[in-house]
Amino acid sequence: MIVERKKLNLWERLYLPAVIGGFKVSLRHFFKKKVTMQYPEERWVVPEGYRGAPYLVKDQDGNTKCVSCQLCEFVCPPKAIRITPPGPAGAMADRPNAEKMPREFEINMLRCIFCGFCQEVCPEEAIFLMRDYSLTGISRPEMIYNKEKLLALGGVHQDKIGKWQRKACEARAQGLDP
Amino acid sequence: MIQAIPDWFATEAGQFALFSALKILGVFAVVMFIVAYAVWVERRTAAFIQDRVGPNRVGPLGLLQPVADAIKSFLKEDFTPAHVRKAYYWLAPAIVMIPSLLIVAIIPFGSLLGNQKMVVADLNVGILYTFGIVSLGVYGIVLAGYAARSKYPLIGGLRSCAQMISYEIAMGMAIIPLFLIAGGFDAQQLSAAWQKLLAGASSLNLGRLVAWQAMHGWLILYAPLSFVIFLAAMFAETNRMPFDLPESEQELAGGYNVEYSSMKFALFFMGEYANMAAAAALMTTLFLGGWSLPVAGLSQPATTILAGLLHIAIFLGKMCFVIFMVIWVRWMWPRFRYDQLMDLGWRRFIPLALANIVATAAVLWVRT
Repeated sequence: MIVERKKLNLWERLYLPAVIGGFKVSLRHFFKKKVTMQYPEERWVVPEGYRGAPYLVKDQDGNTKCVSCQLCEFVCPPKAIRITPPGPAGAMADRPNAEKMPREFEINMLRCIFCGFCQEVCPEEAIFLMRDYSLTGISRPEMIYNKEKLLALGGVHQDKIGKWQRKACEARAQGLDP
Repeated sequence: MIQAIPDWFATEAGQFALFSALKILGVFAVVMFIVAYAVWVERRTAAFIQDRVGPNRVGPLGLLQPVADAIKSFLKEDFTPAHVRKAYYWLAPAIVMIPSLLIVAIIPFGSLLGNQKMVVADLNVGILYTFGIVSLGVYGIVLAGYAARSKYPLIGGLRSCAQMISYEIAMGMAIIPLFLIAGGFDAQQLSAAWQKLLAGASSLNLGRLVAWQAMHGWLILYAPLSFVIFLAAMFAETNRMPFDLPESEQELAGGYNVEYSSMKFALFFMGEYANMAAAAALMTTLFLGGWSLPVAGLSQPATTILAGLLHIAIFLGKMCFVIFMVIWVRWMWPRFRYDQLMDLGWRRFIPLALANIVATAAVLWVRT
């Protein structure tokens, strides 16, 4: 595209219209309301569905929801999650009838890219990307969050389905001891 | 031996040395203060014009920002690239600062304070000295560009050279009408204070120019065209927007100071602002009536200490206004293209300045 150059008349060539125009614009902006947010004191409202830091959740009865299936570990693109399963002789899950729960669950927040794949892939709705966006620490080990910390930060997630309770009921109905 | 020192200070030479030292110290301190706070004002103004708030964290309103900047500059690694010409590389930042301080030395920044003329060096060659020094200003930048031995600084240095040479001529010519206008006044039938202030002043003396303005009105009213040309040339000489081609951040990544770090870089930065302060002081002296203000008898030389201080305050006020204007302009206009810059300098301002001299001389001739 060729832009036609307008021939300037004498008044315009004197540069004065540009001076006045520039001054008007800059003066207007000088007294305009500023858009800067004074960050640590003022904070923005985190929108619904925001993908912040991934944390583990407990259900309303205080049970760890994670069953240590390791799907999130496998799907995690930057390999930020590391799960240590309990093993055959490990501790039982919190909930009766649930398969198992992780012995250790670590997320390296320095590696995490907040993609939300772990939340998407989790069959137990045990991990969610929450609202925290400003994770800081003074060392690398400090930025690896363990299971205890993740559960504490994650809080409670209302489990409306109650999958494992229902399984227990089914088992009892069939005369089995769950 | 110990008694000899106060005795010497009581003599005329001693008095001169003592008060000169005090004035130098005072002027230097004020210039450095203005340099430090011009940076802060620049950053805040820029931010406000761009709908931001700028540095507001260090101290109230961010007023301690210059302190933080200074500490940061000192603590940064002073890195010298292997490919630079060492001697020039070290010399350039120092040379950038010096001319602006030398210019400030002859600016009459007040009338009288007690018995002292408020000017560090009351030179009779006045304005000629100024232009001699102004032309030295380019050396620091050119030397920095040459010393860096890499392309962007070199281009910056070359641009600076070409730009300063072309604008200096227009600048010098723009001043001539002022001295034509103010040249012919008789200092004989003046009051005692005027006599003291103007004793032995030649017609090139800046103090005398200010005195003329105090009596007859500011020269911006008599020579508006000179003012416009001088203003544009001042922007070019101090490398400020819209003529900041030697630096042009976007195309040259900072121009002549690319290879510099730490305190050497800070010196370039301070040099730029000191230049601005010196140019503003010069402009105030030449066009805006220096220390005088045509109200409440403030256009007479001070007879009391209070009036003397008031004159200094008036001068600083005018100077700060000019600096603020220069800062504002930076955030208002885009940069000139290089050929436009040259065209403006050589083909517009120089003929215009010449015509201005002739016209002024003709008008003065007709009127006498």
